[in-house]
Amino acid sequence: MEYVVTTRELTRRFGNFTAVDRLNLSIAPGEIYGFLGPNGSGKSTTIRMLCGILEPSAGSGQVLGYDLASEAEKIKPHIGYMSQKFSLYDDLTVYENLDFYAGVYSIPYRERRHRIGEMIELASLSGREKDLVAHLSVGWKQRLALGCSIVAKPSILFLDEPTSGISPTSRKMFFTIIQRLANEGTTVMVTTHFMDEAERCSNIAFISEGRLIANDTPDQLRNQVLSGVLVEVEVAEPMQWLAKLENLPYVKECSLHGSLLHVLLEHENKMADLRVYTNSEVNPITPSLEDVFITLAKRDRG
Amino acid sequence: MIFTETLTKKFSSITAVAGVSLQVQQGDIFGLVGPDGAGKTTLIRMLCGLITPDSGSITMVDNAASGESSASFGYMPQKFSLYGDLTVMENINFFGAMYGLNGTIINQRADEILQITNLFRFKQRFADNLSGGMKQKLALTCALLARPRLLVLDEPTFGVDPESRKEFWKILYQLNQEGMTILVSTPYMDEAELCKRVGFMNNGRLVVVDSPKNMKSRYPYRILEIKCASRQPEIFQGLPEILESNFYGDKYRLVVQEAKIAEAAVVEFLQGRDIPLYRLKETKPTMEDVFVALAEKEVVEWSMSSQPVN
Repeated sequence: MEYVVTTRELTRRFGNFTAVDRLNLSIAPGEIYGFLGPNGSGKSTTIRMLCGILEPSAGSGQVLGYDLASEAEKIKPHIGYMSQKFSLYDDLTVYENLDFYAGVYSIPYRERRHRIGEMIELASLSGREKDLVAHLSVGWKQRLALGCSIVAKPSILFLDEPTSGISPTSRKMFFTIIQRLANEGTTVMVTTHFMDEAERCSNIAFISEGRLIANDTPDQLRNQVLSGVLVEVEVAEPMQWLAKLENLPYVKECSLHGSLLHVLLEHENKMADLRVYTNSEVNPITPSLEDVFITLAKRDRG
Repeated sequence: MIFTETLTKKFSSITAVAGVSLQVQQGDIFGLVGPDGAGKTTLIRMLCGLITPDSGSITMVDNAASGESSASFGYMPQKFSLYGDLTVMENINFFGAMYGLNGTIINQRADEILQITNLFRFKQRFADNLSGGMKQKLALTCALLARPRLLVLDEPTFGVDPESRKEFWKILYQLNQEGMTILVSTPYMDEAELCKRVGFMNNGRLVVVDSPKNMKSRYPYRILEIKCASRQPEIFQGLPEILESNFYGDKYRLVVQEAKIAEAAVVEFLQGRDIPLYRLKETKPTMEDVFVALAEKEVVEWSMSSQPVN
């Protein structure tokens, strides 16, 4: 397969700290590639190298066939990048911001009006074209930032925690737009701490301390990362039970999911014991990506 | 612990908080949720005495909001407001001094709190070199220095990874068990699920206050989960029986009015297009579903009819 992004042993050091450590990635066209990992694991640094903003210390990589080290300037016109901080102009209107970015990407004047109209439609910004950005709520700003980053119709889009601090309704709307773009052929690489968003990705790479420790489809990760039997326990005071269950010899892991406890047992024959111990319902479940995330993060540290 | 009556705040033509009457009881973990721009931060800032209300009243134990005694509550703002070029301990000393504590007491309390927040080993590290989750824990440490009886946190886990968020909430629970009342706003619905009571705000109004359990049992719709051969995100969008549909990698989650009718419609729809159906089942609503439903205008009646449950 022809990949849109490939990296080989990609590494970035800051002083004596290695932020990204010999990373090998390949991203296929049209994929929604989820890039997950704990805070400080090197996600943003990787994305910034792929965008040609930051030079690699070692290793190599290609984006759309251009080399990261020698052709960084050629990469930039073909990609869209939305960072954690939206760089919009508060004292310009929605339309003016889009017009500004259309200018930055040198979109010919005769195409601009049409293109901006498309972005307003796509990002559900209709009716707010003349509003000052300062007056928009975070969810609207975020969609406008997305519109600005894809005004040049990039074939690959990098999104670095695009939904931090955004309400559930706005997040859903945002991801539906992302899915629509991917469906039309745009490749999307996205970092997120929301596991329901990770579920919407076609591939997930998980990094920790700069190293790639898992890379697969959400389905495969759910089925293969955890060893043992995962069960769900509904108890009245889950937080109190957490410490008690963690200390049981046959419990490998125990974590809180909303008001429920997820308990990883060595073997399914321990379900009865747990049922007696907690005097509650104990039901086997398919692991969620959150379970996978926590297991991977713990395993890598331990 | 906190009582507000018809609390209102306007910023020029926008009413950020509109007549909010809120009660937070001693020992509560009270979660404040709502869409962006609902007025959560403005409400929290008024409670902390940082913004003066236009009208309405706030009554707090120890009169904390009047600004006379800041010792009765701790506040952790949305933005990281610590000094990156100071170490963990230097930040603590600075905030301790701001609260008027002497050096001995600061050291003693810092040791205690840093044990709880798991930052003891990092006393000499510059705040800038802490991870996102650790920064939040340091901000919490500083907010706890004055031994508050009430802790107010505005989106404390913003941008923090799932594991660190869980650790943060363990700490909140421990503090609550030791008798601290907690008021916290959050965009994460799994965190709302952990609160004893949740207040949902929209357009400046407090629309509903209830326990997560009651909120979920009052959810007016039904949820269907579908696995089928299609991977088209918006395939079910046009069906009249389906109110909302979302695609999660390998399955669809549909919000419907009548489960049986919608199930039949989905089966017929897929059959008509020769798309094999692998699984179809009803699932329980989560706080996320409750949030989305509440954020829509149509369900205002549903929420107005509910009573606060203690």
